[in-house]
Amino acid sequence: MTNPIKVFINRLFKKQSLTVNEATTAPLTEQQIREIAEETHRYQPPQLLVGSGRDVGLVRNNNEDSLFTFIATMATEKRSLPFGIFIVADGMGGHQNGEIASEKAVRAMSTHIIKKLYTPLFGIQPHPPQESLQEIMEQGVLEAHRAVMRNAPGGGSTLTAVLVLGNQMTVAHLGDSRAYVIQRDGRMQAVTRDHSLVRRLEELGQITPEEAAVHPQKAMLYRALGQGEPSEPDISNHSFPHPGYVLICSDGLWNVVPEDKILRIINGATDLNQACADLIEAANAMGGPDNVAVIIVSLSD
Amino acid sequence: MKEGDLLQDRYEIQEIVGAGGMGSVYRARDTNFKAIRLVAIKEMISQVTDPLVRRNILNIFEREANILATLRHPAIPRIYDYFSRGDRAYLVLEFVHGKDLDQILSQTTTFFPPEQVFTWAVELCDVLHYLHSHEPEPIVFRDVKPSNIMVNLQNHIVLVDFGIAKVFQAGQKNTMVGTQGYSPPDQYRGEATPKVDIYALGATIHHLLTLRDPRLEAPFSFDERPIKDINPDIPPEMIAVIDRSLQYDPDNRFESAEEMRDALLNAAHKTGTLLDLNLPTASYSRKAGIKPLWTFECEDEIRGTPALYEGTLCVGCYDNNLYALDASSGEFKWKYATDGGIPGRPAVLGGNMFFGSEDHRLHVVSTQSGKVVWTYFTDAPIRSSPRIAESHVFIGSDDAYLHAVNVNSGRMTWKAEASSPVRSTPFITNELVYFGTEEGDFYAIDFRGEVKWHFKAKRAVTASPVVVGDAVYFTSLDGTLYALDAHSGWVVWRFRMGKGSISSPCVIDNLLFVGSADKAIYCVDIRTAKETWRFNTDHQVSGSPVVYKDSIYCGSVDGHLYCIDYQSGQLRWKFGTEGPVTGTPLVHDDIVYFGSTDKKLYALLA
Repeated sequence: MTNPIKVFINRLFKKQSLTVNEATTAPLTEQQIREIAEETHRYQPPQLLVGSGRDVGLVRNNNEDSLFTFIATMATEKRSLPFGIFIVADGMGGHQNGEIASEKAVRAMSTHIIKKLYTPLFGIQPHPPQESLQEIMEQGVLEAHRAVMRNAPGGGSTLTAVLVLGNQMTVAHLGDSRAYVIQRDGRMQAVTRDHSLVRRLEELGQITPEEAAVHPQKAMLYRALGQGEPSEPDISNHSFPHPGYVLICSDGLWNVVPEDKILRIINGATDLNQACADLIEAANAMGGPDNVAVIIVSLSD
Repeated sequence: MKEGDLLQDRYEIQEIVGAGGMGSVYRARDTNFKAIRLVAIKEMISQVTDPLVRRNILNIFEREANILATLRHPAIPRIYDYFSRGDRAYLVLEFVHGKDLDQILSQTTTFFPPEQVFTWAVELCDVLHYLHSHEPEPIVFRDVKPSNIMVNLQNHIVLVDFGIAKVFQAGQKNTMVGTQGYSPPDQYRGEATPKVDIYALGATIHHLLTLRDPRLEAPFSFDERPIKDINPDIPPEMIAVIDRSLQYDPDNRFESAEEMRDALLNAAHKTGTLLDLNLPTASYSRKAGIKPLWTFECEDEIRGTPALYEGTLCVGCYDNNLYALDASSGEFKWKYATDGGIPGRPAVLGGNMFFGSEDHRLHVVSTQSGKVVWTYFTDAPIRSSPRIAESHVFIGSDDAYLHAVNVNSGRMTWKAEASSPVRSTPFITNELVYFGTEEGDFYAIDFRGEVKWHFKAKRAVTASPVVVGDAVYFTSLDGTLYALDAHSGWVVWRFRMGKGSISSPCVIDNLLFVGSADKAIYCVDIRTAKETWRFNTDHQVSGSPVVYKDSIYCGSVDGHLYCIDYQSGQLRWKFGTEGPVTGTPLVHDDIVYFGSTDKKLYALLA
């Protein structure tokens, strides 16, 4: 074993002995490597990075969750402008109507935003949109509602849509999917409020969180798409967390995997798609009782 | 009960924190909450067999519960629950971390710093005034003394033990309760008016300042132990306030706890004790009779906003002068004459006041001497206020330019064409200058004077913008409050007001405050663009609100300055002048300074 070539070959092929021998020196993490690499030079304009994941779970037969992501980067001499649309919808109602409802909701919402915002801003003769971001999101939710009513009668869907434009983030929300803002320092805060009956009872102090967790009407929503009269969405504006992440997910994730675990997984993953996969695996490890749709977004630089 | 006992299947007893004649006080944990929430549980055990006496004791306990249930004040513990079990009754209260003043007194060997005692006293006046102005009937605490006053970890006082507090009914004689030494003679006669609390407060402050326990002295003998003989560090102005509260005859004491509070604040201002103090703002509405600390009369309307530099207050006037006054007394120091009215608000840099005048000029004057440093000419009247950044002063003019002038030389570095008069005061952040014009153009320009982006409102943008986070907020005469992306100028949201506005918004805690010609002062949540509350004045609101502590201050054309609780939109007080108040107030060190078109400048306690 003193032959240096043998040692070298051993190192190449006996990975296990290598890690044992050199266990005292921890290998660099992906992030450290990136940081070192970044010190040399940065070629990327500010841009959105996205990961997503979707799974039926271990109990259900069909997947009623839909998601949509869209990112654009335009970097010119005049300005760099990250742009992104991220939507999660969780459908409900029998006879495949849940699947159709969430799909139609996502399609209608994304189409509306692209038509009203993407085309004017990124077209050959760019012009600022006529409507405010708030109004565009409101109208988009209305379009999504109509699409669900038309295509999935009797069905319904939640809708949590995040529009990112530069540093602005506008969130439109109906139902009990959630959007979270996660700061790099570990603060994680939901920027949406669940429109669930049980959550409302809890907010009003009528029932305790423990009672809420086992309430028979846990899944009952008091606002959603496709339920007769259009429901008024919650629309809110935030600065995009930078550095940090935005997490959008259906209740199949947040209801099953505790927040601190979600946070640990996101902070520990090497890239955003891996993080989404790890989150779904965590939900399935807890029994996978529901469909999961999850999107994680961050802003580079 | 002992440690570990579970009361009502909910409250886990941790330890006894006090024992009294009729039971004990426990610290307990509310196990209904996963998070650790501590409560104080007062237990009353009635071992008396006489049903009447027992009923009486229960009544006292229940009274405390009922009084507390109607109260909400930072210096009064919240009540969570009240119940009885067999011969015991329980009161579940907010747990106050800290010590009571009796404990603190017994541990000290030296005098407390006067400003410390002063702060406690003002807070006590505050909470007593809150109780005394309770509707429909005032509540008299009846037992103000050090052991009933807790000091929490934030060094704020909390009044505890409402056992004998009583809803005061005029003309009724009440039974004598209280504590000898702290209680006034009138209380021994069975009178329970708010004035007994004022006396007992005076007695408590006397105890704190002299460390002489009144319970060990003859009753009503404070005048035999003058504070100045025992503790020479206490200013005579403050002693005078305490002496007045300790008058034998209730008619000679302060009329109200509020009057006493104001007297204390006045004394502190005179003696400088107030510096560096962090006082809570009153959480009640003063009903009437606010007296200004001082007023100063000019020869024409004051439409601008004062600026303060090292105790000197400067304000522009339509009699063409900039006046400099002593901020504490209102005494005239100097005036500087221009050839036009002075709207707007001076900017301060290096001891100099920078301000525009309708004589077309930007003037720079030494605050110390009132002598001119330099002036800079534009081609039309200046109605914008200057902003200073990066060694430059930025100011708009009716000549349709925004001027960037070097602060030292008074020479122009550049001017940016705006195509209509610029009356809006520029806002500068992240190397961008934001301002509006009378044609409704809104610009973000960089430090080279180049337009970064441009937005068009339907009518004039006269007010000043404000940038918070990634958005710029401003109002327009088109009746809209705009939120634009600060980097690109895209509309994030619009908020419709009843009429146009020339009021500049201010923002705190995601809440934006702004006035409008529709007579309202609006509070809008900047994240959702939804109205949180609206306060209606009796005329247009063209001045701009300012936030100070937990209040906003804003003038109205109806002639009043309003002080409003910024969370709830409830009026705290208003002060009437003889003319429209169109400028923006300045609040500093608990004093609010503002001008009125009645030609006067006012200084009020905030």
